[in-house]
Amino acid sequence: MGSRASSLLREEDIEEIKKETGFSHSQITRLYSRFHSLDKGENGALSREDFQRIPELAINPLGDRIINAFFPEGEDQVNFRGFMRTLAHFRPVEDNEKNKDPSAGEPLNSRNNKLLFAFRLYDLDRDDKISRDELLQVLRMMVGVNISDEQLGSIADRTIQEADTNGDMCISFSEFIKVLEKVDVEQKMSIRFLH
Amino acid sequence: MTVTYIHLLLLLLDPSSALMSTQDPPPSLGNHSMDKNDVDEAEGHFTVPIAFRVFSVDYHHVQAPFEIVLWIMLASLAKLGFHWSGRIPAVVPESCLLIMVGLLVGGVIYGVRHTAPPVLSAEAFFLYLLPPIVLDAGYFLPGRLFFENLGTILWYAVLGTLWNVLGIGLSLYGLCQLGGWGLEEVSLLHFLLFGSLIAAVDPVAVLSVFEEIHVNEQLHILVFGESLLNDAVTVVLYKLFESFLRMPSVSGVDVLAGGCQFVVVGLGGLCVGLFFGLVAALTTRFTARAQVIAPLFVFLYSYLSYLTSEMLHFSGIMAIVTCAVTMKQYVEANVSEKSNTTIKYFLKMWSSVSETLIFIFLGVSTIQDVHMWSWPFVSSTLFLCLLWRALGVLLLTAVVNKLRRNAVTFRDQFIIAYGGLRGAICFSLVFLIEDFPKKRLFITTTIVVILFTVFVQGMTIKPLVELLDVKRKKRVLPTVSEEVHCRLLDHLLSGIEDVVGYWGQHYWKDKFEHFNTKYLKRFLIREDKQPKSSIVRLYQELERREQMGETDEGKRERSPAIEENQTHSRSLLPEEMDSIRRILSTNLRNFNNKHITAYSRHTLHQDFTVDASRKACLRRHQSLGERHSSTQTHGSQWDDAGSQGACLSRSLTVSQSPRSAHRDPHSTREGSLNGPVRVTFEGLASPSSTYLQGQDSSSARMPKKLSFAFENEKGK
Repeated sequence: MGSRASSLLREEDIEEIKKETGFSHSQITRLYSRFHSLDKGENGALSREDFQRIPELAINPLGDRIINAFFPEGEDQVNFRGFMRTLAHFRPVEDNEKNKDPSAGEPLNSRNNKLLFAFRLYDLDRDDKISRDELLQVLRMMVGVNISDEQLGSIADRTIQEADTNGDMCISFSEFIKVLEKVDVEQKMSIRFLH
Repeated sequence: MTVTYIHLLLLLLDPSSALMSTQDPPPSLGNHSMDKNDVDEAEGHFTVPIAFRVFSVDYHHVQAPFEIVLWIMLASLAKLGFHWSGRIPAVVPESCLLIMVGLLVGGVIYGVRHTAPPVLSAEAFFLYLLPPIVLDAGYFLPGRLFFENLGTILWYAVLGTLWNVLGIGLSLYGLCQLGGWGLEEVSLLHFLLFGSLIAAVDPVAVLSVFEEIHVNEQLHILVFGESLLNDAVTVVLYKLFESFLRMPSVSGVDVLAGGCQFVVVGLGGLCVGLFFGLVAALTTRFTARAQVIAPLFVFLYSYLSYLTSEMLHFSGIMAIVTCAVTMKQYVEANVSEKSNTTIKYFLKMWSSVSETLIFIFLGVSTIQDVHMWSWPFVSSTLFLCLLWRALGVLLLTAVVNKLRRNAVTFRDQFIIAYGGLRGAICFSLVFLIEDFPKKRLFITTTIVVILFTVFVQGMTIKPLVELLDVKRKKRVLPTVSEEVHCRLLDHLLSGIEDVVGYWGQHYWKDKFEHFNTKYLKRFLIREDKQPKSSIVRLYQELERREQMGETDEGKRERSPAIEENQTHSRSLLPEEMDSIRRILSTNLRNFNNKHITAYSRHTLHQDFTVDASRKACLRRHQSLGERHSSTQTHGSQWDDAGSQGACLSRSLTVSQSPRSAHRDPHSTREGSLNGPVRVTFEGLASPSSTYLQGQDSSSARMPKKLSFAFENEKGK
């Protein structure tokens, strides 16, 4: 895709994306025009600066981490495929999808994958564990400046304590899933992508 | 004896009382007293020697308030009796029993007096009985859930009500034209008027029934929100048809004007409510020096908003709900704990009394002298009400599900349709209709419909909910983890929505939060009361409860507001607070030090100077609470109080509660004082911490102070 000079989306690309992410044709084209409007450099890929130009994202407490989540490990550019792959996590879970054959692999917007995406927002070093420090960093970003460190620390400790079952004072992914089992994650982590 | 009692009772129901009114003009006080026989009466009517009266009874002096109080007393005693009656509350909802009591009382009155008992006057209902209930509902409305579902709620409220009104009115008209029940001469407009008042779902009835069945919050808010917001539509339609009835002819322009009026009424109510809500919030900002009257402002402003919008013919219910929702967060931040509790308790109490009174009067007023009965009309009205509601809900949900994130399931839809209870609002409105030949029939039918919905639907909805396995309400409070992670998800979703360029719920919520924090909160909340994040608030609430010995699971399923009332903190004198702070800080320092000895990596740092530790302690104090003017004194007091060995509180480090049996490197950091002052005080009451096990509290104070200091440094 990078070699193309024009910014048109080819049909076969659309089909591939459709299969991989489950978006519909019109959704893909609509999102492509959004991708294109963000892509100020017109090189078929988005850089971090392109994201940071979105005004509301700049004031989002977790803005940097969200932007980071779009970029694969160590890269600085994300193409449309990657863009759609990330956004696919936020597709609403439809009932008929639950009956699809399991051999096709887990869809990107399954509950597990949604939770994994959220987990990765905490777990910057990708060691599959949320340590207390990582939790504290995120808490500090979300809660603001009015709260003292000690208070924040105790909130972090309580959060870990509620989740921790094996006593390692970190939250592993399975513990994370368990803590959120009563929360309707499929509904919370879904955006209505207009058709 | 019983005769005297009954005569006394009859006196109470004297039509000249303010609360009730009959259709006839009330006879004057003087005449009436003459009609009563051999009971203690006003003096001066007896021909007794004019000797100085040592003892006399002057009933007329206190008649009006006396009767009102007795009615309220009857209502409250009935409610008490209801809750004491064992298994009945499980089967029969409270509203049913109250209506039955009312029926009983009405029957007694009728039996003794042989005339109709007093009827609930529309004015008393709308001006005195309804506002407390709606205010209570609005104040405790789950804001976030309400706004998330606002679109659906409005959809049901506006379109659903319109659908029901037109459906019922038109089909009744058609049936009466064809049916040959002797009702052909009743005009279409009358039927539409009737439809407009009978179609509306009543918030009072819905509240009282749904409160006991504990369905999931989304379903509850849908039904309840609809019952609140459809008031605007009902008011407009009712007044519209009523004025059409008076006009010689109706043109299309008039109908259009009616449609515009709906917007005016709804938005007008909203604006009035907003205005008063903001003014109330602003007023409470200045109540620090007169805390006792702070709750009064809440009630006054809300009632004022209701009255103002009624005066302007806007929707009073919308005004009062908006007012309550608007002012709640600012008022809660501005007034003291005690005032908050007072507000909540009074609201609950008033609304409870109001509700009880309404249902009892409904029962009493059912015993009427002139009921006009018509089997076909009544049964067809009943049938059509149910039918149109079911159809309406089905159709509307089918449309709205396409736009919602999570669909309303069929079971939920059934409950929504089945939970459309009618109540006292219809009843009052039907009495307000101008007299026409068949008015009595309408009244009778309305009463039947109300009784049917409250009794049959009210009683069977609970077993149906269980039978259909409708999703029930979750526990009262989420865990801190859930709150934290859900907050993360909210931010994440907002960010993704921004990336996609989609102005969804999160976008608007964020925008409002931003505006709120930047402008509104600064203006409306006192300077020294910092608005806290919801994560922190939840954490504090959980801490407070745990210290009170409650757990957040398995509690009785009462509303969180009532539970909060149970666990509210006492307010303490300043001297007490100082000494508590002093004691706590000392002891926390102590037990924090206890951890130190377990970890080798901290033993290195015992070389720090005393100054550093003193500074750390001071800084620690600053984080203790809102008022930190006396940090200096605390610092010096520490050395004095150092010898207080007894470790008082398990303090606030709940996170290290019994679950973790072993100490850990990470846990030292949280040995620090956490939580606000409020929580601190609760901590005093609770048993001493488990940390004391096997640890010496007072040895080697010095090095421990220092390592604690280092902790603080490191934490920054």
